Amino acid sequence: MELYYYTINELQNKIRNKEISITEITQSVLDRISEVESKVKAYLTLMQDQGLKKAKELDDQLMNGEDLPALAGIPMAVKDNMCIEGVKTTCASKILDNFIPPYNATVIEKLAGQKAILLGKLNMDEYAMGSSTENSSFFKTANPWDLTKVPGGSSGGSAAAVSAGEAFFALGSDTGGSIRQPASFCGVVGLKPTYGRVSRYGLVAYASSLDQIGPFTRDVTDAAIVLQAIAGHDSLDSTSAKLPVPDYRSSLTGDIKGIRIGIAREYFPEELNPQVKEVVLKAAEQLESMGAHVEECSMPHTEHALTSYYIIAPAEASANLARFDGVRYGYRSPGSKDLMSMYMATRQEGFGPEVKRRIMLGTYVLSSGYYDAYYLRALKVRTLVKNDFDAAFKKYDCILTPTSPTVAFDIGERIDDPISMYLADLFTIPANMAGLPAISVPCGFSEGLPVGLQLTCKAFDEETLLKTAYAYEQNNEWYKQRPSIGKSGDNNV
Amino acid sequence: MSISREQVQHIALLARLQLDEDELQNYTTQLNSILGWVEKLNQLDVSEVQPTAHVLPMANVFREDEVKSSLPIEKALANAPDKKESFFRVPKIV
Amino acid sequence: MNGISKDLRLERVVIIMYEAVIGLEVHVELKTSSKIFCGCSTSFGAMANTQVCPICLGMPGVLPVLNKKVVEYAVLVGMALNCEIASFAKMDRKNYFYPDLPKAYQISQYDLPLCKNGFLEIETEKGPKRIGITRIHIEEDAGKLTHEGDTISESQGSLVDFNRGGVPLIEIVSEPDIRSSEEATAYLDGLKSILQYLDVSDCKMEEGSLRCDGNISIRLSGSREFGTKTEIKNLNSFKSLQKALDFEYERQVKTLRKGEKVIQETRTWDEGKGITLPLRSKEEAHDYRYFPEPDLVPIKVDAGWLDDIREKMPELPRAKKKRYVETFELPVYDADVLTRDRELALYYEEALTYYPDAKKLSNWIMAEFLKLINQQQVPVSQSLARPKDLADLLTAVDQGAISNKVAKIVFEEMFHTGKKPHTIIKEKGFVQISDEASLAGIIEKVIDNNSKSVEDYKNGRLQALGFLVGQVMRDTKGQANPQLVNQILKEKLNTK
Ligand SMILES: [Mg+2]
Ligand SMILES: [Zn+2]
Repeated sequence: MELYYYTINELQNKIRNKEISITEITQSVLDRISEVESKVKAYLTLMQDQGLKKAKELDDQLMNGEDLPALAGIPMAVKDNMCIEGVKTTCASKILDNFIPPYNATVIEKLAGQKAILLGKLNMDEYAMGSSTENSSFFKTANPWDLTKVPGGSSGGSAAAVSAGEAFFALGSDTGGSIRQPASFCGVVGLKPTYGRVSRYGLVAYASSLDQIGPFTRDVTDAAIVLQAIAGHDSLDSTSAKLPVPDYRSSLTGDIKGIRIGIAREYFPEELNPQVKEVVLKAAEQLESMGAHVEECSMPHTEHALTSYYIIAPAEASANLARFDGVRYGYRSPGSKDLMSMYMATRQEGFGPEVKRRIMLGTYVLSSGYYDAYYLRALKVRTLVKNDFDAAFKKYDCILTPTSPTVAFDIGERIDDPISMYLADLFTIPANMAGLPAISVPCGFSEGLPVGLQLTCKAFDEETLLKTAYAYEQNNEWYKQRPSIGKSGDNNV
Repeated sequence: MSISREQVQHIALLARLQLDEDELQNYTTQLNSILGWVEKLNQLDVSEVQPTAHVLPMANVFREDEVKSSLPIEKALANAPDKKESFFRVPKIV
Repeated sequence: MNGISKDLRLERVVIIMYEAVIGLEVHVELKTSSKIFCGCSTSFGAMANTQVCPICLGMPGVLPVLNKKVVEYAVLVGMALNCEIASFAKMDRKNYFYPDLPKAYQISQYDLPLCKNGFLEIETEKGPKRIGITRIHIEEDAGKLTHEGDTISESQGSLVDFNRGGVPLIEIVSEPDIRSSEEATAYLDGLKSILQYLDVSDCKMEEGSLRCDGNISIRLSGSREFGTKTEIKNLNSFKSLQKALDFEYERQVKTLRKGEKVIQETRTWDEGKGITLPLRSKEEAHDYRYFPEPDLVPIKVDAGWLDDIREKMPELPRAKKKRYVETFELPVYDADVLTRDRELALYYEEALTYYPDAKKLSNWIMAEFLKLINQQQVPVSQSLARPKDLADLLTAVDQGAISNKVAKIVFEEMFHTGKKPHTIIKEKGFVQISDEASLAGIIEKVIDNNSKSVEDYKNGRLQALGFLVGQVMRDTKGQANPQLVNQILKEKLNTK
């Protein structure tokens, strides 16, 4: 296997045993980037020189016999909505295309402490609003499995980079499925931790009560390793939980005997792609054969999670994105004669259509006379969605569903139809609404494109989540599949 | 509930978004279709349901009243689209 | 009766018939060291944008963390103003665009404020009156705008300083219980006094740490309906509060008398012209779109925490005044003057620990000390003459070391230089001659030189004694101890 397709777990051993230098590892990824990036287009900012310099430093430290932390020397990248001091952070938006933060996000501090090698910033839907990464103001990212397909979104750059061998792992953010859905489209593992498990400090907010940072990796072991590195209480984030972080790797036993798994029937509607359905149900059977108790259950408010999400998230976003006003940073429309026209033109020119659509929607549902009918009602429905899960977790340890109703769709297919785009998040949104941890793991293919299996567990029970996902993964070969990017034999253009 | 062109224009002003004729047209149509879709929520009886603004049952997260260092002035102003001396500058207000 | 006097009579009747209905919204900057949501300093007067960080500049991705002291201060104020303290409160976002508001929303409190339903008692001509407090909530201050050019409309641009952005505020909203500008000033004065006692704010209107907006409407006296109100901004001193409310009352009365309607609007007080003017109406009505702040969790104030905060409650002006009258036996007037300003009361109480004659001390403070304080416009806490020094000075007078008159001169010097009274007395040679032997010689001489007056005294004209004392004082350049002179003179005259 090519070096750039190793897992973190494998690299850790090779680095520790000095079988391979960190510079070689880093160079292999940089070479891979030069090879495929023109097709995949995952990176918005590439930090090649800093990466190599850091690799060299770490190699020297290794030579001196220093003990290095778990992620030391692992080249990785983050979605471009996490602030890195001195490095452009754009959120794939024209309005921020020149913004250089004077501070680090907490996850960046943690990765720096782990001596991971930061290779750059990854493409995304502008301000994390979208399910295809087509809403980036700069360029579209392609799905490594089929370059005519979207990688999913909004963390499409993160999913594509890990899938294409352009990073050993990546961080994304998940507000309504923005980690799990692209992970499923790109055939990698995507984990959304419990709300409050990973600090949001320095993550440019889309919908603050739903946003959560999490890893993209090539297998569940790596997801556990990265989560270990980024989880934990942060005094800079008031919503960060003051709970100890367990040792996640020790939960990867492969033994799931007795685990109770519920299959929520609302996640298998008629519109569900039949092949996706088949693949996911097969996974359920397999888990049962491995000793889990699998049973059908009902989560009646599932459908309403999506609709209420499209009130709550835009409402929060309309306030979160108000700060992009051309006063302190970012783009300002030139030549405005007064403040009002400066505001109006800056935001018209700076934001893309989907962002504007959600700002408008969010402003409307909060406006005088409509708050109760829309926003307050949506918050109440959120309670019902949460109650569904609370009830289910009295009987089950884990809820099993497809990650997305479809496999990756064509670039351009849904861009003019907001609602069909919103439906891509139908199965992922409920976990955000209830703040629960959820993971997408590869579970097969449909029409040559990866399908993701979604597991959801109780708040702060990432251990059961990882344990179950790991057991499933190890019983299969799906996670070992790699795309052959742009090579003859696949249906790339 | 449907939303009129004038309402869309008012919302755009509240949100400080200039809309050209096409955008106004498009957003009016799209917002109406999204709001129509969202109407589904009215099927639910939520009169007895408490709203959830935070999913975690947390309260009383505070910091102590301690002064930490501020940004050096160059960093504070580094991203400013317009500045004068040590101030951010904006076009005239009225 | 001719037409003119009829009209005049009508006018009088009409004016008398309208009463003002006033409510005040007071914003108070709290005296914490750091801002409400970040660690930047709150100190006043630094160079623009040197007390800012990513959080208070509203940079992308930052999050607020609430300063605990802000909650404690607000609860303390709520207790002092007889409020119910919420066991469950939350923060909300108030959305509007303005260049001094970094996030384009202010983190404030909407439907669940920390404190509500309190009152403040003020003194009126008709006796004490309770002014209801609707609510007290916590929020962040905005930055400061400076307009290029002389006025906002002439300027080409505005400059923004975010040092003040994120300084903690409490907003105290009164019920519309105030009926005159006098009551309004009494209310604000009472509020200021309590806030200073609690030591939660500097309350400097000139620096903006105490700011006041007023809502005023008028109605026929005795009516229960409310009229259309106007909101008046920029009431940045007690004088402008009083003048603006008087002006606005008259304006509204005239408007109604002309048969016109009062328009609900926001007006600003123009101190120079002495009038209120409509604030240029924005291109849109405000719609603040309040919603719960997702970045901050709710605040729960339980009984234990309330007890801890209550322990920090100092004696408040009313209680102190009562104690001065009852324990120190001071006249109500003295007690009132001494307790109005917390610093003055502390000064008095400290001096009292060294000099136990409460009334004599009160006289001195009210007459001499306050005279100098008012002349020099220095805060009591910054007076160079410390309480112990004043006590020493008064003790020196009692012991006959200096006269009362000299003491006043010494005190003025203490006040300006901070020197100890004994140092000044020594330096200026103010020490009284209280030594009987040396006085006896001088007195003998005066008796010898003024036989006429001695005769008069012996013949029962007692005022002659005063003349003789005066002579002794003249010969000693005023440094003789008058009581002693009196005593020795009498003894000598009676034995002659
Ligand atoms: Mg306020
Ligand atoms: Zn700050």
